[in-house]
Amino acid sequence: MTKVLSTNVQEKSSAREKAVSRTVSPNWRKNLNGFTITAFTLAILVLFLSPFAFMIFTSLKTQDQISIVGAPIYPAAPPKFEYNGEQLEIFIVPLPDGTTKELAMFKKGQKESTFIDPANLDAGEILWTGSWRLLDRPWEFSPTYSNYSEAWGAINYPQKLWNTFQYAIVSVIGTLISCTLVAYGFARFRFPGRDLLFIVLISTIFLPAFVTVIPTYTFFVKIGWVGTWLPLIVPHFFANAYNVFLLRQYFLTLPRELDEAAMIDGASPLRVLWSVIIPQSYPVFMAITVFHIVFAWNDYFGPVVYLASAPDKWPISYALSMFNGIYGQRPQLIQAGALMALILPLILFVVAQRFFVQGIVVTGVEK
Amino acid sequence: MFEELSNFRKYLPSRKSFRNMTPLARRELKSGMAFLTPWIIGFFAFTLLPIVASLIFSFMNLSITDGLLSPPKFVGFDNYVTLLNDRQAGVDPRTWINWFSSGTPTSMGVTITFALVSLPIGILFPLGLAVLMNNPNLKGKMLFRSLFYMPFIVPFVASVFLWGGMLNSETGWINRVLIALGMAKEATPDWANSTFWVYPTYTIMGIWGVGNAMLIMLAGLQSVPTELYDAATVDGANGWHTFWKITFPMISPVIFYNLTLGIVGVFQYFLVPLVVNNGTGRPGGATMFYSLYLFRNFFTFQDMSYGSTLAWFLFIIILLITFVLFGTAKYWVYYAGESRS
Repeated sequence: MTKVLSTNVQEKSSAREKAVSRTVSPNWRKNLNGFTITAFTLAILVLFLSPFAFMIFTSLKTQDQISIVGAPIYPAAPPKFEYNGEQLEIFIVPLPDGTTKELAMFKKGQKESTFIDPANLDAGEILWTGSWRLLDRPWEFSPTYSNYSEAWGAINYPQKLWNTFQYAIVSVIGTLISCTLVAYGFARFRFPGRDLLFIVLISTIFLPAFVTVIPTYTFFVKIGWVGTWLPLIVPHFFANAYNVFLLRQYFLTLPRELDEAAMIDGASPLRVLWSVIIPQSYPVFMAITVFHIVFAWNDYFGPVVYLASAPDKWPISYALSMFNGIYGQRPQLIQAGALMALILPLILFVVAQRFFVQGIVVTGVEK
Repeated sequence: MFEELSNFRKYLPSRKSFRNMTPLARRELKSGMAFLTPWIIGFFAFTLLPIVASLIFSFMNLSITDGLLSPPKFVGFDNYVTLLNDRQAGVDPRTWINWFSSGTPTSMGVTITFALVSLPIGILFPLGLAVLMNNPNLKGKMLFRSLFYMPFIVPFVASVFLWGGMLNSETGWINRVLIALGMAKEATPDWANSTFWVYPTYTIMGIWGVGNAMLIMLAGLQSVPTELYDAATVDGANGWHTFWKITFPMISPVIFYNLTLGIVGVFQYFLVPLVVNNGTGRPGGATMFYSLYLFRNFFTFQDMSYGSTLAWFLFIIILLITFVLFGTAKYWVYYAGESRS
């Protein structure tokens, strides 16, 4: 149980894979099964991740395309034709002889419109009866990148990024220091009541946040901390259940002999922690760091309660929700904003996914 | 993580253990407690003291503007009486069921309805994914695992926007696909704007974050010793038996963990409706979750006393539910390590 952090999950499963393939299925059947199951999983995955494609496509569209019914789902623009210094829209017009032709609209009309043929200007004006709104357009792939710069400016992205970054770094430092001390206390000292205290610590994860937030908020209002970063940062310097648990489980796997040897040489407990335990614990520190950065990046509850009245202190997560109000009719800007808010956590995940997987496995599976 | 909680009595210290301490044990107690200090201070300052304070608040008529000039008064159980008669809060169980037919939904009714829709899916979907990921014939396991996990790290506001767009009844891809598959345009769901479809909508938004649960369940599945399956095969067990007699007991702690946290979480659910509908409860009050109602009383109306009353009621409900859950655990949750310690 306690070895999960050091054992790679993948090795285990591939060992099982070999064992099963050796004993159970003949080769061709295994390949067929493998194909079916992989195709099935892939289909679910495509559905599962399709919102990312939706986000990218929408963030590259123009307002024109958003408001036109029947426009394609990929970012596109209707081609224009320049005629006598005017930009004319091109439509696919069905002609009386049953064929269709791409014509530029010269004069709009309710019942009938005049077109000209861009390929054959000499034909002059062509009168067409029917509602031009029902005509299709020859859409061309054409991404619009200006949505990003507009969304970037709309909520002052650099400032919000900087706020989020500061919050993440300071609270990561607080969490690491406090949780390491506390976990070390739980993992390496035997005293009556220790396990009871540990149970109290674990049971705080069931506590509904509101029971503590209301008096805390009232107190912070009275001492003038609301509208500053302090209510969000200070509590991280006093340890939390998940990370203490994660660290304690890891410390328990480290051999005690090294501690004892250091103790005999006269090292104080703090010295043992610093020179023996911490140098062996980089993987778990990394796991906590990446988790915490993602937490800080996504935190919404804290900012909504403590920072609602101070826009220049908002982190990206909270600032992003303002898009809903400002740009309800302009989804392309909302999606561009969402993309810019999730790109950094995504990069962090790609770079450090090993640590995510290990940390989760420990909290969930260990008793 | 929850095993210690289920049999906490074992860990209660006896008075004797303090009396008979050797000097060495005393020193160990001292330095041990010294390392726990950050948490103990934090626990008093940010947990215990506020819990007591909110209990006191709930017996007062306190608002944020109160100062020395207008001191708050104790009002006894007035706030709790108000709560019991509060139609919107819906503490009365008779208002939970069938609120579809009986006018405006109550907050507790909304919360329970959503729990019934989202919790089973929140357990079964990641379990299904984990079973797929654990299939020895699946190619590209690592890649699949990472990609299914990925949405978990997307900021929740962004994921609400993404799914809000996907499920837009006019321009969203989901309805476009439904129409392409032959559904009439009028028959397509109105998702977040319908008092019925809003719960599936929020459930789908929640499903995006199952990466965590999936990984935990996958690790649970992988920790089942292969010998158990081999033995069952020799004894002629079929797939159904194998699942219920081996797999399920072995992963029951993992399911218990996710179920407990899921239930505790659903009673505190309010951020999604706060962002999607600005906390107005649209459509037709169907998203006025209990915790959203609490948040509005406490934050929007700055009514600290009634907010605390609602919070304490929530606290008691969650406490009762976790006690019941931990009580049932001994009938269906199997901790493999139990005999060892």
